[in-house]
Amino acid sequence: MSRRLFLAAFEREEDALGATQASREYGFRIVDVYAPYAVHGMERAMRLQPSRLPWVCFLLGLIGATFKVWFEYWTTWIDWPLNVGGKPWDSLPAFVPVTFEVMVLLAGVSTVFAFFLVCRLIPGKKPTLPIAGITDNRFLLVLEETDAAFDPHRVRRLFEEFNAVQVEERVEETR
Amino acid sequence: MAVIYSVLRRPLIEGDKSLAQVTEDVCSAVASRPTRMWWTAFLTAFTVLLMGTAAVSYQLATGIGTWGLNKTVGWAFDITNFVFWIGIGHAGTLISAILFLLRQKWRTSVNRSAEAMTLFAVMCAGLFPVIHMGRPWLAHWMFPYPNTRGTLWINFRSPLVWDAFAIFTYFTISLTFWYVGLIPDLATLRDRCQSGLRRWLYGFFSLGWDGSYRTWQRYETVYTLLAGLATPLVVSVHTIVSWDFATAIIPGWHTTIFPPYFVAGAIFSGMAMVLTLMIIVRKVMRLEKYITPRHVDAMCKIVVATSGMVGLAYATEFFTAVYSRNPYEEFVFLNRALGPLAWGYWIMVACNVLIPHLLWLKKLRANLAVVFPISIFVDIGMWFERFIIIVTSLERDFLPSSWAGYAPTAIEAATLVGSFGLFFTCFLLFCRFLPVIAIAEVKGVLSYGKNTQGVHS
Repeated sequence: MSRRLFLAAFEREEDALGATQASREYGFRIVDVYAPYAVHGMERAMRLQPSRLPWVCFLLGLIGATFKVWFEYWTTWIDWPLNVGGKPWDSLPAFVPVTFEVMVLLAGVSTVFAFFLVCRLIPGKKPTLPIAGITDNRFLLVLEETDAAFDPHRVRRLFEEFNAVQVEERVEETR
Repeated sequence: MAVIYSVLRRPLIEGDKSLAQVTEDVCSAVASRPTRMWWTAFLTAFTVLLMGTAAVSYQLATGIGTWGLNKTVGWAFDITNFVFWIGIGHAGTLISAILFLLRQKWRTSVNRSAEAMTLFAVMCAGLFPVIHMGRPWLAHWMFPYPNTRGTLWINFRSPLVWDAFAIFTYFTISLTFWYVGLIPDLATLRDRCQSGLRRWLYGFFSLGWDGSYRTWQRYETVYTLLAGLATPLVVSVHTIVSWDFATAIIPGWHTTIFPPYFVAGAIFSGMAMVLTLMIIVRKVMRLEKYITPRHVDAMCKIVVATSGMVGLAYATEFFTAVYSRNPYEEFVFLNRALGPLAWGYWIMVACNVLIPHLLWLKKLRANLAVVFPISIFVDIGMWFERFIIIVTSLERDFLPSSWAGYAPTAIEAATLVGSFGLFFTCFLLFCRFLPVIAIAEVKGVLSYGKNTQGVHS
């Protein structure tokens, strides 16, 4: 299988935003937008769903905290009870600081790993940059030509209104 | 093309930069050959580091008897340096996390180097407790793991154990935060290098970043989450450090004001160190357009505010001592102000409470030749604060016959100086190999290419 892609590059954030917005209004299928920085409002223009990563953060934080509270009780009260200065076995207030630290550690590190996983960010991975300059000063809008009604010439004219600096069609082989 | 400046707000980045110019300005410093000035600074720092290493090696081989401690003052120089360095680190997290949550856009010019400063400061701080153990090869005993001694677990009710966890978490989260922020910039550097080891390294660590907005969206989410986690974390870390003292029953330490007092002091000292470094970096690396007097002004305001808090804490301590009518508490504070270490106390007051208030004046905040020495005074004052808190509470204890003084030995002094060597060696290497300005974040706050009406459809 292969799919036909339509690429338009821009130099300015507002052009990229406008073109993305227009593409969505025309009902084009937006494959992705590439940008040198996180453009505010782009997620609305592309109508992306909010990320679910906060759930990973919340759940792992909860698991970390629960585990740590259990672990502190188990080590100091059950596995090797050690009387330190006559302090009570049930020292929950004294267990809070370490519990908090472990919660933050687990929540933070696992969120980042989950992010790497869902975005397939892997050490040493070869980047597939559709055009040069994306990490410097180019914004790129990639559309998929879904059916015969997609008229590349009209779309090209549309993007020229948004000062597109480079417009091209590509055929991408998909597995 | 006409440049339009808002009457109300000056742009954060001067010089009306385009995106490509920002990339060029920040990356060219990394790509060019190191200057003679860099080499001089690096070799000096590295020599100092080697000297510190020699001192520590000697101390490890000989024992902690090489320190000036005695049976009355059993905790002094080492822990002072630990608290000092941890405090320095706090400003980096304040800038990267708290100011991010508060949407303070000026942070983008300084957050990268402030976070790097945090990492290196926490590294320096972490060294001291490890050295202090006397047998650092047993440092892993601080962490709970199944062992052949019982299994004998660590005491989770001890503030020193809390501290170990706090520092470990703080370092790990700061490193993660810093690295996540670096990924897009590493990709920018990767795409500028043609070939060679550098390209390979930048490519390896940029994880195949391609600037896809789907990734950017998640990246923003992760960044916000990390900021949300780091904000209470940074408060917890210095709170726990203060508990090392506050949970003891020593007069002068056993007080509930310690956590907020320490956190404010940490941000105070850290912000001063950020100022010290940034004023040098902007000049040496020619980043005057990015780190502008406006950034210095904002940081000076934080210094003034936290200086006020620290001053208030000093006054409150005295008030509490008098109001409590506890003779030991009263004595400790009189001893601080009038005792054998009174000189140190008054250096502290001068540097932390009096001198920073010069920065109320806008004219002085705008004059870097004034701000720079003030920032150094604050660094010194905050070091003395920890030294005074620790030593004056111990030197004259409940039993006058056991009163003793304390003076650091050459080995201890060399260890402190050596930690500065480590800090600056790391910082100089960072300036050489990584972008000192968060390129992608600065691009986001430029006025370039943005809808001038400020309204996105």
